[in-house]
Amino acid sequence: MGDHADLLRLSAADLAAALTAGEVSSVEATRAHLDRISAVDDDVHAFLHVNSEEALASAGAVDDARSAGETLHPLAGVPIAVKDVVVTKGQVTTAGSKMLENWVPPYDATLVTRLREAGLPILGKTNMDEFAMGSSTEHSAYGPTRNPWDLGRIPGGSGGGSAAAVAAFEAPLAIGTDTGGSIRQPAAVTGTVGVKPTYGSVSRYGLIALASSLDQAGPCSRTVLDAALLHDVIGGHDPRDSTSLPEAAPSYAEAARQGATGDLSGIRVGVVTELGGEGYEPGVRASFQAALAALTAAGADIVEVSCPSFSAALAAYYLILPSEASSNLAKFDGMRYGLRVEPGDGPATAERVMAATRGAGFGDEVKRRIILGTYALSAGYYDAYYGSAQKVRTLIQRDFAAAFEQADVLVSPTAPTTAFPFGAKLDDPLAMYLNDVATIPANLAGVPGMSLPSGLSDDGLPVGFQLLAPARQDARLYTVGAALETLLLDDWGAPLLSRAPELEVKA
Amino acid sequence: MSVTYEDAITRYDPVLGIEVHVELGTRTKMFDDAPSPAGGTEPEHANQLVTPVSLGLPGALPVVNGTAVEYAIRIGLALNCEIARSCRFARKNYFYPDIPKNFQTSQYDEPIAYEGYLDVELADGTVFRVEIERAHMEEDAGKNTHVGGADGRIHGASHSLVDYNRAGVPLVEIVTKPITGVGDRAPEVARAYVQTLRDIFRALEVSEARMERGNVRADVNVSLRPTPDSPLGTRTETKNVNSFRSIERTVRFEIARQAGILDGGGSVLQETRHFHEDDGSTSPGRVKSDAEDYRYFPEPDLVPVAPSREWVEEIRATLPELPAARRRRLQGEWGYADAEMRDVVNAGAVELIEATVTAGASPAAARKWWMGELARTAKSQDVSLEELPVTPAAIGELQSLVDSGRINDKLARQVLEGVLAGEGSPEEVLTARGLEIVSDDGPLLEVIDATLAAQPDIVAKIKGGNLGPIGAIIGAVMKATRGQADAGRVRELVMERVQD
Repeated sequence: MGDHADLLRLSAADLAAALTAGEVSSVEATRAHLDRISAVDDDVHAFLHVNSEEALASAGAVDDARSAGETLHPLAGVPIAVKDVVVTKGQVTTAGSKMLENWVPPYDATLVTRLREAGLPILGKTNMDEFAMGSSTEHSAYGPTRNPWDLGRIPGGSGGGSAAAVAAFEAPLAIGTDTGGSIRQPAAVTGTVGVKPTYGSVSRYGLIALASSLDQAGPCSRTVLDAALLHDVIGGHDPRDSTSLPEAAPSYAEAARQGATGDLSGIRVGVVTELGGEGYEPGVRASFQAALAALTAAGADIVEVSCPSFSAALAAYYLILPSEASSNLAKFDGMRYGLRVEPGDGPATAERVMAATRGAGFGDEVKRRIILGTYALSAGYYDAYYGSAQKVRTLIQRDFAAAFEQADVLVSPTAPTTAFPFGAKLDDPLAMYLNDVATIPANLAGVPGMSLPSGLSDDGLPVGFQLLAPARQDARLYTVGAALETLLLDDWGAPLLSRAPELEVKA
Repeated sequence: MSVTYEDAITRYDPVLGIEVHVELGTRTKMFDDAPSPAGGTEPEHANQLVTPVSLGLPGALPVVNGTAVEYAIRIGLALNCEIARSCRFARKNYFYPDIPKNFQTSQYDEPIAYEGYLDVELADGTVFRVEIERAHMEEDAGKNTHVGGADGRIHGASHSLVDYNRAGVPLVEIVTKPITGVGDRAPEVARAYVQTLRDIFRALEVSEARMERGNVRADVNVSLRPTPDSPLGTRTETKNVNSFRSIERTVRFEIARQAGILDGGGSVLQETRHFHEDDGSTSPGRVKSDAEDYRYFPEPDLVPVAPSREWVEEIRATLPELPAARRRRLQGEWGYADAEMRDVVNAGAVELIEATVTAGASPAAARKWWMGELARTAKSQDVSLEELPVTPAAIGELQSLVDSGRINDKLARQVLEGVLAGEGSPEEVLTARGLEIVSDDGPLLEVIDATLAAQPDIVAKIKGGNLGPIGAIIGAVMKATRGQADAGRVRELVMERVQD
């Protein structure tokens, strides 16, 4: 298999099979992706740091182990990109912020340890909105990532780098994190697959926290099976995360393979009334309806369900997230690591160094949310803001519970719009926040969600289809998602990404 | 207006409130597997006992130390508290370099233990009940060292160093309800309360509870009101008072100081204060009214702590005997009078006497040694009994030498002197100093014969039936044997010789 182009377009599952069969080495596959990054990433800017040497070294180790006849993990040797909010020992981790420019963590996140143990070479760290605050990567301190479908448009956010890396064939797999849609919305606007697992399914140890009660890491990929395979690697109980689920999870890859048969007889699919309609672009709605028709044709029962509290989700989210973030980001003060700025004049007291550092190190969006959160937690306001938001959260959980009485999975468009042009919403935070209106309820309730491509909108850009399942029932996402993927692929004849424009390749 | 404590206490009713922090002696920290300096790991240098968690590095997460929870429950049960069925940690947000995350993880409105009491026995045997509001878990902060200023104060310092070895050490904070009705015994009650807690921590084996190492620290709140029926006055909180004597002095000083203000028609400022060891005074710290807003909210990184009732009952069933109950039991076993037992307790000799009894001495003999000769020695050297270079086992051995007749009391004191001087065990001192009572009649007879030969007049008197002067002969023999002879045996032998 000498042809890089073919190698790059393989799904992770197929690449893994080729590696197992000895048709290609991990070093070859890893080098092919590193070459691709060199060729296109000046334009895409999916990566903040590329770790060529280390990636090739771990690929070499996998190849050696394979030659020695050792039993390897099914994904061993398949390279991966990791969002820069996940700490990697010895590799710079910035979370997209000047605050952590050049910070080298002394430890690995649990999910990184699991990737290393499974033998997935880490190609590098992907771009993101600063501290995962944003829906476009425009808030990255290191410049935005561009959408491979249209370099003038956003790749979604905060995990635009991971989604774009997968969409641009720079990596077959990537790790994202999703606090209000940061895996799913980028997947939607780049025509890729992204899963936010059940809260507690994947360890948060080593994720630079945005909002602890909402954050969840998950897979980014080009196929549902690939996402499932990666979820199987990174999931499972971690004693270092007290919110990690204790029970063992079933094989998600198995669930995806079952679903790939395309039979959905008897599956009840609930369309959430509140997550559609007004505010959703016509092209998005049309693509969504087409996917529903495919599900119906495969035997699914489509039911309409109402989740009235979802209308308050965005408001509650923008109280809970900033509150937790204001506390989580307090540690960035120039005292121990990362950026340290001394005041220009006057004494360099601890308080003044902290203020100068935070003033210089955080971007505007981060400051906006810290100020919001600090206010919401203040004495006298706590009950009205944080307290009320927690009540809304409970109502949303009840809405989900009631909806899952009527349906096995819930569905909606992942985002109200396709990828918008750079700058379109940068000066209007509320418009930016509204892009996550359909993804946020899952984070507030802790339930798992998936976005997979349902087709192209009338503007020729990909549309995301969101599946939601009850907590701990992530397997349903993979089963139904893989079924829908099969049905749509039959319709399209080729993966949606084959319709993306070819990127200019630099020598 | 300057007022003495004695004067103040006649005109005002003091109300106390005491917050005691105890560092738990768990092997690792509260939320972290870093070794804890309060749990037996002595750091060799600053910032040694740290992990990503105790340094608060980006991405690190806390996990509750189960042993710390167990210790906290033990403390709660020993203080007759209710144990929460479920309770949460919260974040107390404030910026300061000694807390790595810029928030302290602490229990706020959901303590693990609440609504208890502790009976405190004062020196004269009066028992005073202190109501406990709550006992909650939290983590300790690191330690700042200010360099370049006077006395290590931050004022005038050129820079500061931070040591995070202590950051994350598990603490339990015990908060009393307002302690009322103490009157002129306020200083004594405050001291006895903390001392009783310290003894309980040790008995529960939850902490080494060494005041001088900061394992136990007290914040002392004091307020005054004109009469016990008046509403509570404004309180001050004197932070980090870390010896029993200082607690007593703090209360005395604050009562006098506040009375002076109130006498002059002024009002006491609600503030935190610092205690000064050198002159026993307190001085203002920060004023509470502009206290920071800590923006408490439930710690989202931790799930609630929900101790099962079975576990709580298991802990209750395995609680060790608490000091007060133990004292009552030992007093019964030893047959001490109330006053005797109180003296033993006040002298800190309970454990020493118990160990001495275990080593074979009678309770009476053990008390005689520790409260007599050893107490005098300790007093003259200005050290505690525990600090004397002698073990209860050695005292037991010493007493057994007396009981077996090998030495008498006078010799035993000489042996003890040798033991205290580091000359070895009682047996070794005995041998080395040649102090054993002479029991072989041979050498004794030689001395007796020589003495009798030197006193022919007296021998004649005795032979004539006048036994009066025999004491002079015995005395001379004892003197010649440097007291090592058994006086009874000397008498017998003298009689035999004279009657021959």
